[in-house]
Amino acid sequence: MNAAIILFPGSNREGDVFRALKAHGAPKIVWHGESELPEGTDLVVLPGGFSYGDYLRCGAIAAHAPIMAAVRAHAERGGLVLGICNGFQILVEFGLLPGALMRNAQLRFICRMQHIRVERSDTEFAAQYKQGQAIKVAIAHGEGNYTADAETIARLEGDGRVAFRYCDAHGKLAKSANPNGSINAIAGIYSERFNVLGLMPHPENLIDPLVGGIDGRGLFASLAAG
Amino acid sequence: MKARVVVTLRSGILDPQGKAIEGALKSLHVDGIKSVRQGKIFDVELDAPDRGAAEALLREACEKLLANQVVEDFEVTLI
Repeated sequence: MNAAIILFPGSNREGDVFRALKAHGAPKIVWHGESELPEGTDLVVLPGGFSYGDYLRCGAIAAHAPIMAAVRAHAERGGLVLGICNGFQILVEFGLLPGALMRNAQLRFICRMQHIRVERSDTEFAAQYKQGQAIKVAIAHGEGNYTADAETIARLEGDGRVAFRYCDAHGKLAKSANPNGSINAIAGIYSERFNVLGLMPHPENLIDPLVGGIDGRGLFASLAAG
Repeated sequence: MKARVVVTLRSGILDPQGKAIEGALKSLHVDGIKSVRQGKIFDVELDAPDRGAAEALLREACEKLLANQVVEDFEVTLI
């Protein structure tokens, strides 16, 4: 699989996602100032971090980077795009995914392990998981409180576009298991054609038993097998 | 020409920062504050031939970058 990881000023998880993808090919790091993706790119990853210091709004300035026109063209061709954490924030600011990510309801930056429930496993991102499975991933964000107008939420739910929800270790949804106040405990969503995924948690940080577990591997293995 | 752009969260959108400030004011016994919503102010200097052009330019700036219209409204005042 040919993956291109976009590096923005202030990205900081590009190395983590590079490591997760290295098991499945030779990912390339692409500077945001480029205007084209490497030839033959299958997957574009917008990694986590604090692009442009989160100035103005998280992801707002990165969404206007030169490379983003190529990312949009790639998505329109049906190419895969994965936005993790700040990458998710960039995708909603860019308009490839609907809604917005607001300040966490409890106002605190949260950095810890968190379970999320796989809402469907018939996508290129989640085929190696089971539907309803609770996986343990890391979260590290201050603005992960997913919101959208009622109509958008109804459309996302109706079309089965919620990819992951925050849950407890048994896959149960509960207010206490929702770390940031996201509507319907939404942790990640798909685009209309299911080729773009944005999520706040970091599956790329759970790929090694030495650092907490390997539940994140499934996402990258799914992409590689797809 | 100078302008001030005010960006605020749409009504109905939860503003936890505003709520925290509201609570802090209460704990300081600043009585009579009913609610607080936090927003952003941008003071802009611009090069435009007339007010109409300036307003159009600022509207473009707001729509493209300064405000996220999913959750925010903006207001432009030429000074």
